[in-house]
Amino acid sequence: MNKIANRQVICEVLMEHAKEDKDIVVLCSDSRGSASMTPFADTYPEQFVEVGIAEQDLVSISAGLAKCGKKPYAASPACFLSTRSYEQAKIDCAYSNTNVKLIGISGGISYGALGMSHHSAQDIAAMAAIPNMRVYLPSDHLQTRCLVEALLKDEKPAYIRVGRNAVEDVYEEGNVPFEMDKATVIRQGTDVALIACGEMVKPAADAAKLLEEKGISATVVDMYCVKPLDQDAVIRAAQNAKAVITVEEHSPFGGLGSMVAQVVAANCPKKVVNMTLPDEPVITGTSKEVFDYYGLNAEGIAKKAEELLG
Amino acid sequence: MENLTAKSFELRQDVVRMVVSGKAGHIGGDMSVMDILVSLYFHEMNVGPENFSDPGRDKFVLSKGHSVEALYAVLAAKGFFPIDQVIEEFSHFGSKFIGHPNNKLPGIEMNSGSLGHGLPVCVGMALAEKMNKSSARVYTVMGDGELAEGSVWEGAMAASQYKLDNLCAVVDRNRLQISGNTEDVMHHDNLCDRFRSFGWNVISVNGNSIDELNAAFDTAKTVKGMPTVVIANTIKGYGSSVMENKANWHHKVPTEDEVKQIMSDLEARKEAALHE
Repeated sequence: MNKIANRQVICEVLMEHAKEDKDIVVLCSDSRGSASMTPFADTYPEQFVEVGIAEQDLVSISAGLAKCGKKPYAASPACFLSTRSYEQAKIDCAYSNTNVKLIGISGGISYGALGMSHHSAQDIAAMAAIPNMRVYLPSDHLQTRCLVEALLKDEKPAYIRVGRNAVEDVYEEGNVPFEMDKATVIRQGTDVALIACGEMVKPAADAAKLLEEKGISATVVDMYCVKPLDQDAVIRAAQNAKAVITVEEHSPFGGLGSMVAQVVAANCPKKVVNMTLPDEPVITGTSKEVFDYYGLNAEGIAKKAEELLG
Repeated sequence: MENLTAKSFELRQDVVRMVVSGKAGHIGGDMSVMDILVSLYFHEMNVGPENFSDPGRDKFVLSKGHSVEALYAVLAAKGFFPIDQVIEEFSHFGSKFIGHPNNKLPGIEMNSGSLGHGLPVCVGMALAEKMNKSSARVYTVMGDGELAEGSVWEGAMAASQYKLDNLCAVVDRNRLQISGNTEDVMHHDNLCDRFRSFGWNVISVNGNSIDELNAAFDTAKTVKGMPTVVIANTIKGYGSSVMENKANWHHKVPTEDEVKQIMSDLEARKEAALHE
């Protein structure tokens, strides 16, 4: 089992570049520990800005830094970053078109039993609805590395959501197919298309293996780029399948599932089922317990596919 | 030397023309803030069309973005775009000159409109200038009603924490907001003490006096180790008795008769300033 959390890799990549690129700045809102940014803060104190528990300020200050040539990475719990500072993301980052990378850490239901205040089950919907804001949910630490390397090369705002815990590898060291803003097709099948993002990619890939044992052939698409959604990949996957299942750690509304359904309905209509968190505060538990309860695991996804294919 | 007081009254006339043409605009605040903008753009800041792409330019964010008409008049006078174009197109269908600042236009750094954003954004800019070892200064103008936004005070804390002496905030203290007197809506009367308690250098001036504003900005540059706020005590609707100190002129299009009176009042004030 991989022990490196996606958030930790973000820090590693930024540290690798910060030595040469003095314009890289990391900002935290009393969140350097939870963001795994303490090594960055300790190694590059001149390139680290602590704003205290003030998420609105975190994002506005990042935008101001970007306006003056810096490359800010604002790392704060996704629950606060995506809603407390939503208007700052909308106006100061997206509308003003500043090169701010918003890193939503401990996203989705990572904080488990801490309750709905600490869950960010609406961040995809919220951020994706802002013009000029991109939304990325990398699936494992290897892909996270590729994504951050790519983000360092552009000058546009983006929201990146990562979970709190280390997740099992989807890819293999040295073999990580990655093209910016293009979904990664992990597996090609003919019966059902499983389109997932973030931490739900691994269970979707595992579900495909379970389905294979039962003679069902599944396509698995890692849609880490929720916005801009790789529409061609969605259409290709849907066209080659009898039905589509989307899987995400998000509310039923406005997330990956909604977007995929829009694209499929408009281009190649067929049944799309969205596997999501419920539209209510989730049951108390660790994230694994919560996922298991709602069937957001390999068995649950495989079961849903079997039901769907009848 | 150009008479900046006269210029302020002349630019207020441009604002009236814009508001009439666009059938919209926050005219009361435009009138109160005009001297602040004229002092900043024609006395204080090193910024203009010739150096707007120079990273070392001074930076300005109009946090009270609804006073954009006043900013358009000043930026046009600086040569960023023709005033005739602004008057013709302001708020019209498809216009670039919309009712709040937009940085697709030359001369505008950041988009605003929602209040409480300018100061924290300028904290980031001032921090960047420090990191860049640049001597550029950063300025923002807020409204007094705007100070009820909590994000202003998050920014105020950070500016003091990081000793941003290259940052100067201005409060257009016209004492009126859309619902009435600021003190009735949400009181600020200990404003100087509030900013001092947040670790700021505070200068309180007559915000409709170019001389007092120029002096305040000159002083702010000499203060080290802390940010400065200029509390600019202004009159909302300044320049014409039709509008002065009347809350209902926060957002209003004058009638034909009112336009005549306002333009005539502004002309008289301009002439008086020229002959002072």
